[in-house]
Amino acid sequence: MHMPLEDTLGLNLLAANQHQAEHNRDHFDTWNLLCLNVMSSPGAGKTSLLERSLTALAGEFAMAVLEGDMTTQLDAQRLEAVGVPVVPITTGRACHLDAAMVSGGLRLLAERLDPASLDLLWVENVGNLVCPAEFEVGEHRKVALLSVTEGDDKPLKYPVMFREADCVLITKVDLLPHLPVEVERIEAHVRQVNPHCAVIRVSATTGEGLAAWHGWLREQRAALAALPLAAPLVGVA
Amino acid sequence: MHEVDMTKCLLLSMNDWKRQHAPRQPRVSTVHLQVGAFTCVEPDQLVFTWEAAVQGSWLAGARLAIEPVPLVGRCVLCASTYAPLQEQAYRSPCCDHPMEEIVSGRELRIRSVEYALDDPPAIATPSTPACAPCA
Repeated sequence: MHMPLEDTLGLNLLAANQHQAEHNRDHFDTWNLLCLNVMSSPGAGKTSLLERSLTALAGEFAMAVLEGDMTTQLDAQRLEAVGVPVVPITTGRACHLDAAMVSGGLRLLAERLDPASLDLLWVENVGNLVCPAEFEVGEHRKVALLSVTEGDDKPLKYPVMFREADCVLITKVDLLPHLPVEVERIEAHVRQVNPHCAVIRVSATTGEGLAAWHGWLREQRAALAALPLAAPLVGVA
Repeated sequence: MHEVDMTKCLLLSMNDWKRQHAPRQPRVSTVHLQVGAFTCVEPDQLVFTWEAAVQGSWLAGARLAIEPVPLVGRCVLCASTYAPLQEQAYRSPCCDHPMEEIVSGRELRIRSVEYALDDPPAIATPSTPACAPCA
């Protein structure tokens, strides 16, 4: 029998993760929910923003959160206090969520409620501007946060994250009067690597910009709802 | 050191491929990757973690060869290609335009495998990972 010396694969290095991510997305589409992957460096304000947004949108959307954290469940406890179902995913040593971890979180979530009853699923990723950019979890949209205290060079230092984002939120803008940083420069640097994403200035403390951010969310939700539903999954491994 | 997780995922991807396409092929001597400059992967660290990760697996002893792929942008104003530089905020030198179109540099590709023809076929049965919500 003839044996080839070489086989061409042309596979993505992260194909295994991507298969699971696409499978997760099929579930989300079947459940007709919008899944957001929320990413940033540690301390950029993901959890504070979620506290505000979950509270503001609770009357409008049925929501749940998959909360990635390396070792603690502190963030999950904060968000649970808002009254929205939260499934903590402790990643241990891993510095990002991957699609299999989110799949495990979905199973736990499905034990508590019918995912098809949800409109929005938030995935709060582990604080890190590097690898979450490469590991899809099945999200429909990527949201990256960058706080004004981090400096205006971060979009250029971590360009893959800001390139991949559909929406970049410039957070903690209430601190701008106290900082030697120009928010226009931060925005310009985001635009350099991603000219077409939404860029919104927000403050979870004062509420500034939240209306614009929630408006963006509503648009994404409406765009998803306008698509035909994916075929239901039956016993697919 | 997220290359450990990258390597784990690479192995899972290779397992899937082996199960589906090459269950009875000979031992793999080299795995060829293409890794773009505009990714979160450091080729040297990937090679380092690979050697530890494949021990005891059907890829034990296989070499990882990485072809780096440079970041190339195309200016959407004048259509010329250029090498985006962080120091120049990735903008095009021709028209001073933001990095809108990326021609190459985002590759994370398993390009091919080479076989060691002197060895008997390796019979591998990597298990299928289950989908949690389906289970």
